[in-house]
Amino acid sequence: MSHTLKNRLVDFTAAFVILIAVFICLVPFLYILSESLSSNKAIISQAVTIYPIDFNLEAYKVVFGDGGMLYSLAYTVILTIVFVLLALTVTILAAYPLTKKRLKGRNALLLVMLFTMYFSGGLIPDYLNVKNLSLLNTPWALILPGMMSVYYMIILKSFFQSIPDSLEEAARLDGCNDLQILLKVVLPLSKPALATISLLYAVYRWNYFQDALFYITDEHLYTIQLKLYNVINISQQMSGENVNVNLPSEALKSASIMFGTVPILLVYPWLQKYFVSGIMIGAVKG
Amino acid sequence: MQAAKNSVALEKKDVVQEPVQKKKGLFYYIRMDFVLYLMLLIPVLYIVVFKYVPMYGIQIAFKDYNIFQGVSLSPWNDFATFKQIFSSPQFYQVVRNTLVLNGLDLIVGFPAPIILAILINELVWNKFKKISQTILYLPHFLSWVIIGGIVTQLLSPTGMFNSLLSHLGSESVPFLTNKYAWVATYSLVGVWQNAGWGTILYLAAMTGIDRQLYEAADSDGAGRFRKIWHITLPGIRPTIVILLILQIGNLMAINFDRPFNLQNNLVMDFGDVISTYVYRVGIQSANFSVGAAVGLFQSVICLIFLLSSNFITRKLGENGIW
Repeated sequence: MSHTLKNRLVDFTAAFVILIAVFICLVPFLYILSESLSSNKAIISQAVTIYPIDFNLEAYKVVFGDGGMLYSLAYTVILTIVFVLLALTVTILAAYPLTKKRLKGRNALLLVMLFTMYFSGGLIPDYLNVKNLSLLNTPWALILPGMMSVYYMIILKSFFQSIPDSLEEAARLDGCNDLQILLKVVLPLSKPALATISLLYAVYRWNYFQDALFYITDEHLYTIQLKLYNVINISQQMSGENVNVNLPSEALKSASIMFGTVPILLVYPWLQKYFVSGIMIGAVKG
Repeated sequence: MQAAKNSVALEKKDVVQEPVQKKKGLFYYIRMDFVLYLMLLIPVLYIVVFKYVPMYGIQIAFKDYNIFQGVSLSPWNDFATFKQIFSSPQFYQVVRNTLVLNGLDLIVGFPAPIILAILINELVWNKFKKISQTILYLPHFLSWVIIGGIVTQLLSPTGMFNSLLSHLGSESVPFLTNKYAWVATYSLVGVWQNAGWGTILYLAAMTGIDRQLYEAADSDGAGRFRKIWHITLPGIRPTIVILLILQIGNLMAINFDRPFNLQNNLVMDFGDVISTYVYRVGIQSANFSVGAAVGLFQSVICLIFLLSSNFITRKLGENGIW
């Protein structure tokens, strides 16, 4: 009897600690959300915690009224889609041939690729390379340099390897060449892995900020992250200079943060299982 | 498809033109797997242009880089750049900061997902388990720009934390403006962002543990804690070891987005790390040779760390990362 009681106690303690952790994860969002919906006066008087005070939508009117934010969002969506399509293609093109044991030079090529995971030119040579290729201030600067992650390529390669050889041999007997086998046999069987890798690439492109900061100075080409960075870090100065004293600077920052967060919050719960399975495929064979 | 047809045509034509050679040369293999080599062309081109060409560009660390002469033609400078950075106190400061912040991540951030994963594993209510996992993974999917914004709003002198503290009658804590407090903030924000996501690998490793071990322990009368200590933890040991090597190997590597978005002018003594320093000196001030030299120093130390931590792990009888 005491044994089960003790067990229950452990159950509740674990649940309680997890509940606290969940709470810690959520509170910052609740705070930002309520700040974005509160009046600036309430924020400055430090009355706002996890629910809005003096509920109003002023900050959101500014964010959406600007047009620049929406433009940046749309631009980043397109950029992300183009990036994912290209990155996926290049990753498949590398992963599939490298699964073929008969391919001469396979190990050498793999080594050449693996080496780049552990040693790289560094920020400055990368920057100069992009500059020399005349990619500065073009969307390609944000697409081409990250077009293949060797790590994701290896994840995909190990997935391809798990497809039974007999299927490919059957296709070969039917007269398919390697490209046809890839398109008609291997890729249709790899949909879960392809979905996972696409998502990983998409999140990388969506969230990555460094390259936009380095390579882009033209405001029309700002990704949403660079745009947000500027709003969050500059709105303070602007409200000082601006004649319009009513500019809700703290609320505006929070509304901008929400603006950048909501797209992730909307898609994330549906896609979470793919990410998780992707990480696990990667873990099985490094 | 076009490429496929071409290759078939090419194969036939070549076979007709020259009889099969006894000695199988390189061209024999290329012809055999023409399509596969053709596929590899784009990835290899990518790797060369965007990975190896920058490595060639590293030599500007040893040169007086001149933008008009380019990488190859700029004159060598007898390690002047390295003498310069090694005699600069700021260089040692950013190296120290990088090691300290990464070291704290190792001490605070590494055990956090292990503990969290064990707790999640002990949960018996499945629905609660699933929902809490979903929420715990979430911070991982936000960019550091957004997290930086959230942190500033939350922890600034007028933010929620400090207003709660003042309601409780406590003094406000300078989370972001005092450099010691900032270091703590930096590492705790890292835990917040990554601990949940970090549990995935451990939870996966835990599902791989043989159930019979737990049943056997039950019949021996082992309690929950004994089972965790003697079965769960040893079961995830290989995973722990691999992640530990990787993290120790990366002590000198630091990403850019996190420190850049969390730092501010008041904490640069502790907050300036190699990546942000290289950005400021190399790109903002266009001092390319210095930036490249600091970057090279970092890459080399990083490689040495990684190789030696892997070597030591293997010597200790564990499986390394290769």
